[in-house]
Formats: sequence, structure tokens, C-alpha cells
Amino acid sequence: MERDTHFILGVYDDEDVLLHAVEKVRGSGVKIHEVYSPYPVHGLEHVLGYKRSRLPIAAFLFGMLGTSLALTMQFYMMKFDWPMIIGGKDYAAFPDFIPVSFEMTVLLAAFGMVGVFMVSSNLKPWAQPRIFDLRITDDKHVMAIDIANNSAIEVEKIKEILKSSGATEVNNKSFE
Amino acid sequence: MQVTSSVREPLVTGGKSYHDVTYDVARQVEGKPTKLWFLAFLTAAGVLALGSIALLATLWEGIGMWGLNKTVGWAWDITNFVWWVGIGHAGTLISAVLLLFRQKWRTSINRAAEAMTIFAVICAAMFPVIHMGRPWLGAYWALPLPNTFGSLWVNFNSPLLWDVFAISTYFSVSLVFWYIGLIPDFATIRDRATGLRKTIYGALSFGWDGAAKTWMRYESVSLILAGLATPLVLSVHTIVSFDFATSVIPGWHTTIFPPYFVAGAIFSGFAMVLTLMIITRKVFKLEDYITMGHIELMNIVIIITGSIVGIAYITEFFIAWYSGVAAEQYAFINRATGPYWWAYWSMMTCNVISPQLFWFKKIRTSIVATFLLSLVVNIGMWFERFVIIVTSLHRDYLPSSWAMFYPTWADIGVYLFTFGLFFTLFFLFAKFFPVINMAEVKSVLKSSSDKVHK
Repeated sequence: MERDTHFILGVYDDEDVLLHAVEKVRGSGVKIHEVYSPYPVHGLEHVLGYKRSRLPIAAFLFGMLGTSLALTMQFYMMKFDWPMIIGGKDYAAFPDFIPVSFEMTVLLAAFGMVGVFMVSSNLKPWAQPRIFDLRITDDKHVMAIDIANNSAIEVEKIKEILKSSGATEVNNKSFE
Repeated sequence: MQVTSSVREPLVTGGKSYHDVTYDVARQVEGKPTKLWFLAFLTAAGVLALGSIALLATLWEGIGMWGLNKTVGWAWDITNFVWWVGIGHAGTLISAVLLLFRQKWRTSINRAAEAMTIFAVICAAMFPVIHMGRPWLGAYWALPLPNTFGSLWVNFNSPLLWDVFAISTYFSVSLVFWYIGLIPDFATIRDRATGLRKTIYGALSFGWDGAAKTWMRYESVSLILAGLATPLVLSVHTIVSFDFATSVIPGWHTTIFPPYFVAGAIFSGFAMVLTLMIITRKVFKLEDYITMGHIELMNIVIIITGSIVGIAYITEFFIAWYSGVAAEQYAFINRATGPYWWAYWSMMTCNVISPQLFWFKKIRTSIVATFLLSLVVNIGMWFERFVIIVTSLHRDYLPSSWAMFYPTWADIGVYLFTFGLFFTLFFLFAKFFPVINMAEVKSVLKSSSDKVHK
């Protein structure tokens, strides 16, 4: 991302106007770089054509890892490494191992999934995000269109499409 | 723009626009602390300082500083532990269970309730740690760490060890859940700020840019975390109740304990959320976000869980009689009529009778009545744990071992310390963090409406 990048921004006030605008802009052949919103807009990922997030799969796998680690640890320690009779129970008192296995499942699933989320979305304390408009985290939805990706369409034409789709403002934005 | 429906009360009143939401919440963070805040903060910090004398004395001298004796080996320490953990159940319940049930009213209260959860769990966890006597060695007793005795491992058959895993998982998962929700709001404050504040909130916001793809993942993470946190929150108090239920002490050895403890935890947690929210909405002028509708709904949860707790008390008594076990029967008769009768009847009055007042609409929609009853419920729930723990222990198997428990200044001081800690943390949170989840409130402004105000 070192090269100069130039964007055209469509600013929208309303989430429903935005949803139709995304359909319209994509329908006219313009490739959308990304849409930025102050809060999650339901259905936006569908009109943008994003695939469902695979984070639940990550959570499931990490959860399985937690269960297996917890059970392995408990069986190893209680049955093999230092067997002791406690409360007249079998060394491997399986029902007694369930609470810790459950907690470890939840712990690893939660932390694993959040970790994957942080990495995949590039969320870290020292991240320097590209902020297209300061009002994105307040009350405006911004549709960013990368000029380089839409070289087939004239810039003026893109601006025209954005305006007619209901954008209240159309701005230019460049990053170093 | 704001949503007004012709059929339902709006979740947020006052015709707020998106920008109004940002302004109303962010101005608390950006403005100079008020005199009232300083007063409250210094009071809490003072209590913390005072209580730390008792805490240091306990750590220096050992738990002989407390009023425990060889008959009553668990008293205020474990009572306070269970009480604080119980309070720490409302936050995750509000944010996770209500998210799964799509209860949108949760959006204005979940942030502060989760913060309260985290602080309450910190206070709770202190007690078993101090009770270990030499907490600096505690990691060896509580965690399966390799050691020079073999390794001699911790006992995975013990509910006390399950509790270690349950509480630490609960604390860390709640913390992560809370922080994920804070990230977009920190970004809002970052984008309004300049200078040092921009740097600090910029780091806290983890480079959040509000991209649709990130929001999609965020929603996915929230939903899965809610799905994980729901059984987790139920498991935590279940396991806390196992500390008692798996023992052979008459009065503790009861199968009803897990559901009864979970209901009690939600009951006391909602009461504490109400206590804090009524103050917060007043001080920060957030009456349009935390409305009478929110207070009424929380009061309804209190009636339901309070009634479950009441039925559990009566069931316990019935089962003690029905079991035909003389020791069990005696334990319960002794609770109601023995030397601790006053604790038992305080518990009954505060937890069973007083929440029934919320059946009257006038009472459950009155701020003053709700505030007072929320305090009463928390007092009652403290007595519940005291009754369960102390009255079951103080009549030992041999009458020669019978004893009473009298708290010392160190018992009281350590309890005060946790109050100081809890409120100090809460006031710091209320000043420096957005107390209402701005992004989530914005997302419900329109979706629950059929009319839009620009």
C-alpha cells in the first residue's frame, strides 16, 4: 500500500439509502473498494457480495482443541502420572473431568476466535488505519471507490452514479 | 434520526439523531471531571485505602486475623466471594443471553453491566485467594503446574478446582467480550479527539476503521461469544454451588443448589445493575437512553428470579423434612429458629417478600422505590449466602464443637476493601470509557421504528 491511492467517496446519511446505493453502484459496473459505517448495517455484506465469515469454524476448531487438551491433561495427571484414589472413585473419574473440560473448551474457543478476528481484520494497538472520513465513526456511511480499480469508467461518470444513488456528498480522498 | 413506532415505546427517547448519540456519550469522556465525580471517586478511593489496612494485616499476620474458628471455617470470606460472583452474573447475562434472544433494549445497558461484572469478579476472586493464607504460593495449589513433589498435581475431582477454572474462564471471556464491544466506540472518541487523547484512544481502538467486512466479522464474533458465554455464565454459578452441594454437610448437600444459585445470581446481579444505572443515568444525564422502560424490564427480571429463589427456599425446607434425615431436618429448623434466626428472616424478607412489591406498576416504575428495593435485594442476597454457609457449619456433628461466628475488624475491613475497589474501578470506567455502547444503540435507533426523524 505504499503507492499513491486515490479514492472517490460517496457519503450517505441513511442505511436504507446506502443498501440500495450499493446495489445500484455495483449494478452499473463500478467496483466498490469498501463501505464504512458507524454501526453494523444488516444486509450490507449481502449486497456487497461478501462471503459468510468463517470465524465460527475457527471457534469450533479452537473449542475442540480446548476439549482435547483438557481431557488429555486430566487423564494424564490423574490416571497415569500420579494415580490416587480420591473419594473411592476410579483414577480416571470421567464425570469429574467434565467441568474443567467445558471451561477449557469455552476459553480456547473464545480466545482463539477473537485472536483470528484480530489478525484477519488487522486490529492491533499500533495499527494505523486509513480513515476516509472522520464522520464514519459518528453518523455517516462512506462508500469508497478506488480509481485504479475502475480505470474503464471515467471519474466523472462514477461521481454521477454516486450522486444519483442518493449520496449527500461526493468527495475525493488520497493517501500517500 | 430517531425511530418512533405507533405500537411500541421507542428504546431511546428524546428524538435522538446518530450524532446526538455520539455527543451524549462522548461528552462524558471528553469533558473535565465534575465535582460530583471527584467526590464520588475520592470517597471510593478512601474506602479502598481504609480497607487495604485490613487486607495488609490479613496478608501479614495470616487469616487468624479473621473470626474463623475450627467449627466455622468458612464465613464472611466465602459469603463475600459468592455474593460478588453472583453480582457478576448480570452483565454477561444481559449482553449474551439477551443478545441471543434478540432483546434490543440491552444495547443501552450492556456496556456498564459488563464493566460491573468484570469488577465484581475481581472482588470475588480476591477472597478465595486470600483465604489460601499464603497467596504467593497459591498458583501451585490452584493450577496444574509442574513442581518438585513428583509432580504432585492439583485434584481434578475437587469442585474447588473446578471453580478456579470456571471463575478464571468467566473473567477472561467476559473481559474479551467487553473489550470487543468497546473497540468501535474507542474509535469514535479517537476520531473526535486531538493530541494525546487521540493517541491513547487510537491505541485502545486497535485501528478500527468501520469497514463493512470488519463489521461483518464483528457481528459474527459477538454472536459466537454470546453463544459461548451463555452456557458459561450458567456454569459458573453452578460450579460455585458445587463447592457446597458436593460436600456432605447437612444444609449444603442439596441437588437443588445449581439452579437455585443461578437464579439468585441473576437476581442480585440485576439489583446491582439497577443500583448503579439509576445513579449513572442521573449523574451523566442519560435518561433518554436508560429509560423507565429499561428499569421496568429489569424489575420484571427481578420479580421472576426473586420468585424462583423464594420457591427454592421453600423446596429446600420441604425436602429436608421429606428426606427423613434427622441431621438435615435439624439444620433447617436451626436456620429458622436457632441463634441465627435473624439472618434467616432478613434473607426471607429481603429476597422473597420485598421483590413481590414489583407486581405493582406504580412501584416498578418508580425510581426511588426501585433504587431502595435494589439495595434491599443485595442485602438479602448477602444474608442468603451467610445463612447457607454459617448456619450449616456452626452446629457441628458433636455438640461440644458447636460454635458461633463473630466477625473481627479484619473481616469487615477486607469486605470494605472490595467495596472500595469495586466503586473506584467503576467510577474510573464511567469517566474514561463510553458508558453506553454507542455503535449498538445507533444500530437500534432505526430498525425498531416505522417513522424516522431527521
